Amino acid sequence: MRFIPVTCEERAEMLAVVGVDSVEELFADLPEDARLARPLALPEPMGEVELAAHLRGLAARNADSEGVVSFLGAGCYDHYIPAIVDAVVSKPAFFTAYTPYQPEVSQGTLQAIYEYQSMVCQLTGMEVANASMYDGATAFAEAALMAVRITKRRRVLVSGAVHPEWLETLRTYVEGGAAVVEAVQSREGVTEAKALTSALADDVAAVMVASPTFFGTLEDVPAIAAATHSAGALLVLGANPILLGVLESPAAQGADIAVAEGQPLGNPMSFGGPGLGMFACRQEHLRQMPGRVAGRTVDVDGRPGFVLTFSTREQHIRREKATSNICSNHALNALAAAVYLSAVGSEGLAGIARSCISKAHYFADALVATGRFAREFAAPFGHEFTLRYRGDVAAMQSAMLERGFLAGLDLGRTSSDLAGLVLFAVTEKRTRVEIDRFVAEVGAL
Amino acid sequence: MRGDDLRERRIGTLIFELGAEESRCVEPPRADVPQVDLQAALGEQVRTVPPALPHVTEVDIARHYERLASANFGVDSGFYPLGSCTMKYNPKVDEWACRLPGFAGVHPYQPESSAQGALELMWELQGMLGEIAGLPAVTLQPAAGAHGELTGLLVIRAYHSARGDSRKKVLVPDSAHGTNPATVAMCGYEVVQVPSDERGGVDLEALKGLLDTDVAALMLTNPNTLGLFDENIARITEAVHAIGALVYCDGANLNAILGKSRPGDMGFDALHINLHKTFATPHGGGGPGAGPVAVSAQLAEYLPGPVATRDGEGTYSLSIPESSIGRMRSFAGNFGVLVRAYAYMRAMGRLGLAEVSEQAVLSANYLKELLRQAWPLAYDRVCMHEFVLSGAQMRKEHGVRTLDVAKRLLDYGYHPPTVYFPLIVDEAMMIEPTETEGKATLDRFAAVLLRIAEEAAENPDLLHGAPYTTPVRRLDEAAAVKRPDLAWRPGPVVGG
Ligand SMILES: Cc1ncc(COP(=O)(O)O)c(C=O)c1O
Repeated sequence: MRFIPVTCEERAEMLAVVGVDSVEELFADLPEDARLARPLALPEPMGEVELAAHLRGLAARNADSEGVVSFLGAGCYDHYIPAIVDAVVSKPAFFTAYTPYQPEVSQGTLQAIYEYQSMVCQLTGMEVANASMYDGATAFAEAALMAVRITKRRRVLVSGAVHPEWLETLRTYVEGGAAVVEAVQSREGVTEAKALTSALADDVAAVMVASPTFFGTLEDVPAIAAATHSAGALLVLGANPILLGVLESPAAQGADIAVAEGQPLGNPMSFGGPGLGMFACRQEHLRQMPGRVAGRTVDVDGRPGFVLTFSTREQHIRREKATSNICSNHALNALAAAVYLSAVGSEGLAGIARSCISKAHYFADALVATGRFAREFAAPFGHEFTLRYRGDVAAMQSAMLERGFLAGLDLGRTSSDLAGLVLFAVTEKRTRVEIDRFVAEVGAL
Repeated sequence: MRGDDLRERRIGTLIFELGAEESRCVEPPRADVPQVDLQAALGEQVRTVPPALPHVTEVDIARHYERLASANFGVDSGFYPLGSCTMKYNPKVDEWACRLPGFAGVHPYQPESSAQGALELMWELQGMLGEIAGLPAVTLQPAAGAHGELTGLLVIRAYHSARGDSRKKVLVPDSAHGTNPATVAMCGYEVVQVPSDERGGVDLEALKGLLDTDVAALMLTNPNTLGLFDENIARITEAVHAIGALVYCDGANLNAILGKSRPGDMGFDALHINLHKTFATPHGGGGPGAGPVAVSAQLAEYLPGPVATRDGEGTYSLSIPESSIGRMRSFAGNFGVLVRAYAYMRAMGRLGLAEVSEQAVLSANYLKELLRQAWPLAYDRVCMHEFVLSGAQMRKEHGVRTLDVAKRLLDYGYHPPTVYFPLIVDEAMMIEPTETEGKATLDRFAAVLLRIAEEAAENPDLLHGAPYTTPVRRLDEAAAVKRPDLAWRPGPVVGG
């Protein structure tokens, strides 16, 4: 049998040692009525040749970024992934290992995590970062719970301009009553300052915003931070890791906890998962942080080495008093992010960010110039922007898909208030030729 | 083979310390549109101090991570009998499959008509997992086991709320994994611990004493964390249901019962399945995994969305269940992991999966027989896919702890078993061989453990000092907390 190396003869020897005649006897503890009296109703096994053909067939029924020109983003981005990234994450010593609970034989994973944490601190300006969360949305939700623990307050104000799936995830995470989530209205694609200040009070644990917002706009984070801090609340800021190459760090902008969806850093879109939850905060809040942390120490011979540390926050030690229930995280995606950031470096990251932003601005101007689109929001934007389409968005998108383009996200799909709006994202992979072709085609519809 | 230089630099040299200021690997593409003036486009928010990221060439990166990889132990390195974690072999074709552009390059928001292959895979996987679970409705959203637990308990909470029933407690056995009580707390429930009986199962009488109408659910791992199938399972689920509560199954140990017994048939209402255990997706050095949740028909409407559905014409789409608890994360799930699990399940097929459990259980019982002379069994019963030994006697007689045994195993080239879990066994050592190891491996491992038992008697200090041959030796964990060094920072001179 594939992946089961024991031979028939060996099986007989093993049964003899155990002292039973058949494997069935080993299942004697299973009560009769809990037994499955028939084989599972599943397909027959497939050999590797057939299996590969079958999988290729399924994959062929999806449009993918090699076949279509994508202007879709909204939390998942088609950035270029340097070849070295997959070369590293494909090393079996990394991807077939478990959580590094035995540090003597896990120094590779542990050092890679430590370096990842260091890079996240560099990007966010924070002092500590964890080894990862599942994705940006769950990192955002966990940040709210952390702020509640730190401030011992329960109201959480969330900008209506954050990704709707982040907001929904947060709402689910507080179903148990840990916090009361209130959405603060957005205007012009950013958090409405007046609505925020009137909601702020001394029972607010956290103000939670993202910059760029879901709409691609940039918030006035320092102003929001000032208002938040004057109420004694913490500021949780969702960032985009590519834009952090050119944008002021969350810490410098006044955030207390920074989170981000790390997929853009060397991870494939993969239909939306696995992504990477980046999570960083100030040192003073370390003990309330969820997730694993690697630290540098020395071994008994005085040689430098790495361990998982501050584990008394975690479920395997603290059980119901843990800061989170997270156990498996997204370590391999964090490794990909670290390799990506090493490959591009700070100049490269800034260059990629600038390239995306330049192309996005060029694209936005050209779309508006067709007369079919109008700018919706005045706020500055990075590599993603929202336009109003003068026509039927769904019809435009399907016509453009026939022409080989993914024409952004129809925001009407996320909320009826947003009908008519389209969110476009542009990465460094898009060329002027592709952009010009899109503009010409959409203008001619 | 390796030069001194490499050996010296193996551990500790950070990627930040490699290369030079001018070193580059990947550069941004040449500008083909006018470059924006960042200050003009973004205003005040432009970064003034660049992040201090490494300056390295591709060669530096390749060698650095090769060095790190050589200091790591994975399933491909050797036997990894880490109990509760099911460290089985991860088939290579699964890795190939998830990287196909038609899977890896698909955007979650592209039109469903352009992602029919991905949706079909998800729908088929939901169906296969539901059949294995004996529970009809499945969500693939959860990112890991613990995330599945949270999903399952929130679904149960929603079920009670819909009945206007606000229950306050969740029962958790004392043998449970730490994620169980942590999840209960995250759901706003009070954790009530249920003792185990002398056979290692739930103490049925004690359980009955704890059951009242404030109990929302019992969270149970079956087979449990001692590697034992709870013989009273039907009575347990019946008693819990009798007071209107539900039973959640931590499916971490599903590898023991594929095609033999289904949690739904045992009376469980909800179950999470760790695809990174039972269905051979790699653990990734800590993740990503996937923790799909299967539930009974009465809970289906509360599942988080989106789930994959299929209409009469065979068209697939994503939809949100009627009374959904909401989302647990962005997008539909860890699709890259789902592809791997799907590929594995299709490779094994219905009989192959049953054979997985048969061999996993036989191998565990075989290894248990080889080891029991040196290590007392915590519970002397037929085990499922794993078993727990106690090092209490060895500690008493020789002053050698289970931790020392684990460290000594490293010198012999094995990854140690899970140690000090479950908490109810003193000096616990939990061994899970999995079905993907041959008999010769099990024989050699047993011989080594028996040899270590002799070493413990002859020369305890040898074990106290172990390991000796690993890239680093025992690390100073207290110092790591006392003087936290959790991130590299540039020195004042770096970067000028
Ligand atoms: C019994 C048990 N329950 C729950 C978990 C948590 O699973 P995950 O790490 O996928 O969140 C584990 C994993 O180690 C486990 O062994």
